[in-house]
Amino acid sequence: MSASDVTLRLPSSPVALDLRPAPIIEPSEATGHGEGGPAPKRIVVSYGFWIFLLSDIVMFSAFFAGYAVLAGNVAGGPTAAELFDVRNVEIETACLLLSSFCCGVATLAVEQRYERLTQVALLLTGLLGLAFLSLELREFAGLIAQGAGPSRSAFLSSFFALVGLHGAHVTAGLLWLGTMMAQFYAKGFRPDICRRYFCFSLFWHVLDVIWVAIFTIVYLLGVRT
Amino acid sequence: MNDSVARAGFSGTGDLAPGQRDESSRRAFATGLGAYLVGLALAVGLTIASFWAADTGLIYGPAVKAALVTLAIAQMGVHLVFFLHITTAPDNTNNVLALAFGILIVFLLMAGSLWIMANLNHMSVPMNELMRMQR
Repeated sequence: MSASDVTLRLPSSPVALDLRPAPIIEPSEATGHGEGGPAPKRIVVSYGFWIFLLSDIVMFSAFFAGYAVLAGNVAGGPTAAELFDVRNVEIETACLLLSSFCCGVATLAVEQRYERLTQVALLLTGLLGLAFLSLELREFAGLIAQGAGPSRSAFLSSFFALVGLHGAHVTAGLLWLGTMMAQFYAKGFRPDICRRYFCFSLFWHVLDVIWVAIFTIVYLLGVRT
Repeated sequence: MNDSVARAGFSGTGDLAPGQRDESSRRAFATGLGAYLVGLALAVGLTIASFWAADTGLIYGPAVKAALVTLAIAQMGVHLVFFLHITTAPDNTNNVLALAFGILIVFLLMAGSLWIMANLNHMSVPMNELMRMQR
């Protein structure tokens, strides 16, 4: 057996093992259209998360459908027009929109590896998100205090389910945001940390898109009819 | 940095990840900020228009619903283009196709639920009449 012979036959196995290294696929050749091997990890991770977000949107659409079907079933209780304070919704909308914008600025800062701007923009994103969440919780507490809790009517059950689901997403997003700030601080702009951050930014922007549907369908259309 | 180094060999025909701008515009902070500011201005304008349309007497009453839905869809479009960077460019095909499928499911779910439930309401005997029939 010569030294250049790289196949190895184990005494117990009749199968010859090929010990030559597998061909290395250069990630930079990949176009993502199936040529040149798999797409770079940055694209695979974000695309996978994008698919998750779309499935999340589908889940929200089920809650929207439930609300749209049940919105008129007030069971003799208070209606949307009697309960909702549009002024409060305006402030909530402004908070979430500015928060989304700050998240965009943070994305730019991450792309350019500006450390301080990343942290400041993320802090603003988080504070505006927190302001939104506290306004929403105050609204919920006010409704429950005046006897319009989720158990009052089918309309209120579906309202608390839909808006509460969005609020739960915002809460999870705030926890994620805090984690990202800590990771950027402790570990710097490592590629894996940046991939996580780009997923977070997608999540946060999509929450704002869902809020547009909520303030239109639940609040503005609800108060009118 | 490693990711952009890995991407440096791209000829520009590769795909873009959702939320990612293309290579040339990714370099400048100022152009990126400009795009976000345009998006913010459009979103603020559409939000103000929505809240204004909801309680103005200037729009013909029954048309307000359509106006609000249109404004909401427009604002979602603004968010998708300026904040999520989803475009119809060739490097975005995968992202926009996934989005189109998502929208299809959302449409089927919402329209289907409303259609079926409206039909059920139409076909069923109202509760007060049902009580009278049982007497």
